[in-house]
Amino acid sequence: MLFLFGSAAQAQGFADLGSTAQGFAVPDRNTVLSFPRDHGAHPRFRIEWWYLTATLTGSDGQPYGVQWTLFRSALRPQDGTGWQTPQLWMGHAAVTSATEHHIAERMARGGIGQAGVIAAPFTAWIDDWAMIGDIGTGMDSLSLTARGTEFRYDLKLHADTPLVLQGERGYSVKSADGQASHYYSQPAFDVTGTLYLPDRDVQVTGQGWLDREWSSQPLSANQSGWDWFSLSFDSGARMMGFRLRDSGAGYTSATWIAPDGTTQSLPDGALQLTPLTSQKVQGRTIPTRWRVALPARQLDIVVDALNAQSWMETSFPYWEGPVSISGSHTGRGYLEMTGYD
Amino acid sequence: MKRAAFMALLSYWRRQPGQLVTLLLGLALATGLWSAVQAINDQARSSYALAAEQLGARSLATLTSATGAIPLKRYVTLRRAGWQVSPVLEGRVRLGNRWVTLMGVDFLSHPTASTMQEQQPELAPVDVLTPPGRLFAHPATVDALGPGKTPAPILRTDGLPIGIVLTDIATAERILGRAGQISRLLVLSDQPRDLPALSEIVPDLTLTAPQRETDISRLTDSFHMNLTAFGFLSFAVGLFIVHGTIGLAFEQRRGTIRTLRALGVPLAAISRLLLIELMGLALVSGALGLVMGYLVAASLLPDVSATLRGLYGAPVQGGLSLRPSWFVSGLGMAMVGALIAGGQGLGTLYRLPLLSAPGQQRWLGASLSQMPVMATAGAICIGLGGLGLWLFEGLLGGFALLAGLMLGAALLLPPMLAFVLGQIARRAKGVVGEWFWADLRSTLPGLSLALMALLLALATNIGVGTMVSSFRLTFTGWLDQRLAAELYVTAPKDDIAQDIEAWLIPRSDAVLPIRYGEGHILGQPVRVYGIADHPTYRNHWPLIDAQPDVWQRLGDGSGVLINEQLARRADLWPGARMTLTPELSAEVVGVYSDYGNPNGQAIVALPVLLAHFKGVANRQFGVRIPQARAADLADDLRQTFDLPASAVLDQSAIKARSLAVFEKTFVVTAALNVLTLGVASFAILTSLLTLWTLRLPQVAPIWALGMTRRKLAQLELLRSTALAALTAVLAVPLGLLLAWILLAVINVDAFGWRLPMYIFPWDWLLLTALASLAGAVAAALPAHRLRSTPPSDLLKVFSSES
Repeated sequence: MLFLFGSAAQAQGFADLGSTAQGFAVPDRNTVLSFPRDHGAHPRFRIEWWYLTATLTGSDGQPYGVQWTLFRSALRPQDGTGWQTPQLWMGHAAVTSATEHHIAERMARGGIGQAGVIAAPFTAWIDDWAMIGDIGTGMDSLSLTARGTEFRYDLKLHADTPLVLQGERGYSVKSADGQASHYYSQPAFDVTGTLYLPDRDVQVTGQGWLDREWSSQPLSANQSGWDWFSLSFDSGARMMGFRLRDSGAGYTSATWIAPDGTTQSLPDGALQLTPLTSQKVQGRTIPTRWRVALPARQLDIVVDALNAQSWMETSFPYWEGPVSISGSHTGRGYLEMTGYD
Repeated sequence: MKRAAFMALLSYWRRQPGQLVTLLLGLALATGLWSAVQAINDQARSSYALAAEQLGARSLATLTSATGAIPLKRYVTLRRAGWQVSPVLEGRVRLGNRWVTLMGVDFLSHPTASTMQEQQPELAPVDVLTPPGRLFAHPATVDALGPGKTPAPILRTDGLPIGIVLTDIATAERILGRAGQISRLLVLSDQPRDLPALSEIVPDLTLTAPQRETDISRLTDSFHMNLTAFGFLSFAVGLFIVHGTIGLAFEQRRGTIRTLRALGVPLAAISRLLLIELMGLALVSGALGLVMGYLVAASLLPDVSATLRGLYGAPVQGGLSLRPSWFVSGLGMAMVGALIAGGQGLGTLYRLPLLSAPGQQRWLGASLSQMPVMATAGAICIGLGGLGLWLFEGLLGGFALLAGLMLGAALLLPPMLAFVLGQIARRAKGVVGEWFWADLRSTLPGLSLALMALLLALATNIGVGTMVSSFRLTFTGWLDQRLAAELYVTAPKDDIAQDIEAWLIPRSDAVLPIRYGEGHILGQPVRVYGIADHPTYRNHWPLIDAQPDVWQRLGDGSGVLINEQLARRADLWPGARMTLTPELSAEVVGVYSDYGNPNGQAIVALPVLLAHFKGVANRQFGVRIPQARAADLADDLRQTFDLPASAVLDQSAIKARSLAVFEKTFVVTAALNVLTLGVASFAILTSLLTLWTLRLPQVAPIWALGMTRRKLAQLELLRSTALAALTAVLAVPLGLLLAWILLAVINVDAFGWRLPMYIFPWDWLLLTALASLAGAVAAALPAHRLRSTPPSDLLKVFSSES
C-alpha cells in the first residue's frame, strides 16, 4: 500500500525536492487518530490513499479479485478551489480472474468537484467511481463502484470489527532512517455484489480489506521498491506485511490481527519473504510465488498469484493481484509489488 | 575500346555546347519547378499535420455550448456521470508585441498536452500546474512576441502550431480573466461502458463529430492541388524541351554511331553508353534543378505562408526545411524525365539496321496519319474528365474534369491545327502560298509536342489570370459594400465603450454597434451578429439573394440574414426556417456574400441578439461621418480616451490590409505563370532547332527552284509565328473553360462561395501577341541559320540523295 510513495518519489525527482518534506506536514508519532475526521483527506500531507482490495468468489464458483484505489497527491501543502488547487487525484480500478485482468485509471484535480473525499458522511469519489458510507456508520458500511471500457462493478461492504491501527497506534515506520506514515485498516469487510465483465455478469461474495495511509516523506534514497501482502486466513486471523527492498536485507514490517481484532506489531526482520517462482510479465521478471514465514506466529506458507499477469499498466505501472495461501495456514489475500524493472 | 567509343560519343557535346546547355537547362528547369512546388507543399503540409496532431483536437468529437462558454460545473457533471471529457479554454490575449491565441487545457486529461511537459525533462508538474504556471509556444511564436514580459515563463516547443500559446487551464483562466469558463470539451476516445446518453446529462451542449476533413484541410487542399498541378505542368513542359534536344543529339550522331558499329562496337554496348550518358546528364541537371527549386521555393515560401495564414488562418512556418525524400524525388523525376524523353531515341537506335544512313527518320511526334487517333484520344480524355466530375464529389471531381480537359485539349490540338491548315492550304492562291501552308502542315508533327506545351501554358495563364482578376474585382467591390462605415472603433472594456459611444453620438452621423454571440448550426461554429436598423446596411450590404421585404423582416425580428458559405453548406435559402439556439428560430430572408471567411455567419436584429445570447460584449462600433472629417475624429477619439492606434481604424486602412492579404495569394500564381510561359517558349525554340536538320532536305529543292535564302528565312519566321498565334487563339476558349471550372466548380467546393466571372479580352489579345512573339523569337535562330547557310550545304542535300 505504499504505492504513491513511488509516484511521489518520481514527482520529487521532477521537482528536485530532495528527501525532505518541503513545507508539508510530517507524520508524528504522538498524533492520535480520530474518526470520522481522519477518514477524510489530509491536504497538508503530500500523499494519501484509500485502498480497497477484495478476494471474491463468483456464483460460477470461480475466484475473483477486485481493486479500488483513490490516490491524492499534493503539489503544494495547501488546498484551493477551482483549477488553481495544487491537489491532484488519481483512481485505479481492476477486476482479476484466473484468466482475465481488466484495469482502468482516472485523473482529476481537486477543487472543482471532480474528485475528493468527505469524512462524514463518508464519500470518496473520482468521476463516477465512488466509495460511499452509509450515514452514521463511519466506514463500516460502504457502497463501491467503478467502471472502465471493458468492466464495471457494484459492491456492498460491511464490517463489524473495529479499525486496525497499524504500527504504533497508527504510526507506521517505513525504514531504519525513520521515514513513516499514518496508517490504519479495516481488514474484515464482508462483500457482496456484481461484476460486469465483457461477456458475462457475475454475482460475487467474499472478503474486503481497506487501507488508509498518508504521509509526506518518500522512501529512503536506497530503497528501490516493495512487496506488500494482505492475507486473510481461514482461521479468522489476518496479516499485513511488507518488505521495502534495498541493496541489503531490506526493511520488513508486519501486523498480526487476531480474529477478535486485537493486533500485534512485529519489528524489522520478523517477517521472512522468499521469492520461489518468477514469471515474465510485460517484459519484466516478477516473482509470482512466495514463501512467507513469520516464526513468531508459527506461520510458514506459500503465496501464489491467481493470475500472474495482474499487471497494472497505469501511468505508474506496478503488479497487483489476488493470491491463494497454502502451508501452515490456508486462505486468500492480495499482493502488490513495485520496482521490478 | 569502350572508353574510346564513349569519348567519341561525348565529343558531340563539345562540338555542340549550345545543345548541351539547352538539354541541361531544360531538364534543370523542369526539375526545379517541380521540386520548388514540392518543397512548398511539403513544408505547408507538415506544418498543419504537426499542428493537428499536437493539439489532438481535430480527431476528437467536441461539446460546445450555444451561449459560448460552458460553465465548469457542466464539465464536472459530465465527469461524475462517467463521460471522459477534457476541457479547453481558449481566448485571444496580447503577449509582448502580438495578439496570440491562448489555449488552456487540463494537463491531466488532455490527450497530448503532457507531451509538452515530457519534452522539457527538467520541468515538474508543480511548475506547470501551480502559479505562475508555464506557457508553451513554437520558437517562431516566441520570437514574434518580442522580449517583453509574459504573465508566466514561456518555453519553446517545436510541436506547436505558430500563433498558438498552450498552457494549463488554471494558468489560462488567470491570464484571460475567465475563471470557471470552458470554451469546449473534447470527448476522449476511450469511454467506459454503460454510459448514460449525453442528451440526458447535458441537453444544452452540442456534440460535434470529429472532422476528418476540416475547414483548414479543405481550403488548403485546393491551394496545394493548384500548386501541384502547376508543378506537373511545368515538368511536362520541361520534358518537351529535353525530348527535342535528345532527339536532335541522336539524329546528329547517327554518323558517329554507324562508324562505331562498323569498327565493331556492339549495338548493345553503344546503347548502354548512350544510356549512361543520359543518366549522367540527368544527374547533373537534376542537381542543378534542385538548387533552382530550393531558391524558387525559398523566395516564394514567405508569400505562400503569408497567404495561408492570412487567408485561411493556417499556420505555416516561414522557413524551409528539406527532407531527404525531397532530394530523392527531385533527382528521381529528372532521371525518369530524361528516360521518357530519351526512350524513343534509344528504342529507334536499337532497331536500326547496321549500316543505315542518316536519313529522313522522324524523331519527333506523331505523323499526320496519326491525327485521327490523337483526336479520338483527346475526345475520350475530355469525356473521362466529365465523367470524373459526375462520379466524384467535391474538389476531386473538379480536378478530374480539369485534368481530363487539359490533357484532351492538348491531344486535340495537332489534329485541329492540321485541319485548319489543310483548309487554308486548299484556299491558298499561288505556288508559294500553297507550298507555305502545305509545308507548315507537314512540319506540324515535329512541332506538335512544343505546341501542346504552349497551349497548356497559355490556357493556364488565361484561366488562372481570369480567376485572379475576377476574385480581385469581386473582392474590392465587396469590401466597399461591406465596410461602409468610415471608422471602426474597439474599446478595451464594456464600460469604456459606453463612454465612447456617448462621446461619439453628438460628433458623428451615426454610431453602429457591432455585437455578436457564438452559436452552432449543423455542428459548425457560427458567429451571430446583431445589427441596428440603419440605412447604412440597407444601402450597402452585399445581398446575393433576398426576399423583397428583407430589411423590414430583419428589423422586426422575424427574419435572419446568413452568409453564402452557411447557405450553401446547410442548403438554407430565403424562405427556409433555421434554428440559431434552442429558443431562437427565424426565417432566412436574405443571403449575403462573405468572401474570405471560412465559417458560417448570421445576422439578426440587435434586440434579438441581446435577448437570446448572454454576455454579448459591447466594445466595437462602426462610425458614420463624412470621409473628410474621419481622420480628425479618429485622432480626437484616440486622445480623449487614451486608445492605442489599433483601436480606431480607418476603413481605408482596413481595406488596404485586407487587400494586401489577397494580393499575396496571387503573387505565387503570377510567378509560376510567367515561369511556365517562359518554359513553353523555350520548348518551341528547341523543337525548331531539332527540326532544322530535318528541314534542310525539304528547303533545298525550294531554294533550287529559285527562292532566295532571305525569302526562305522570312517564311520560316512567319511559319513559327503563325503556328504560335493559331495555338494562342485555340488556347483562349480552353483558358476560359478552365477559369469557369476554377470559379464555379472548384471554388464553390473549396471555399463555399461562387465568384462572378469577369472577362478580360485585352489580356487575351496581349497574350496572343506574346505567344506570337515567342514563336517568332524561337524561330529567329533557325531562320538566321537558314539565311546564312552556304549554298554548298544546300547543294549537298542533292549529292547525298543520289
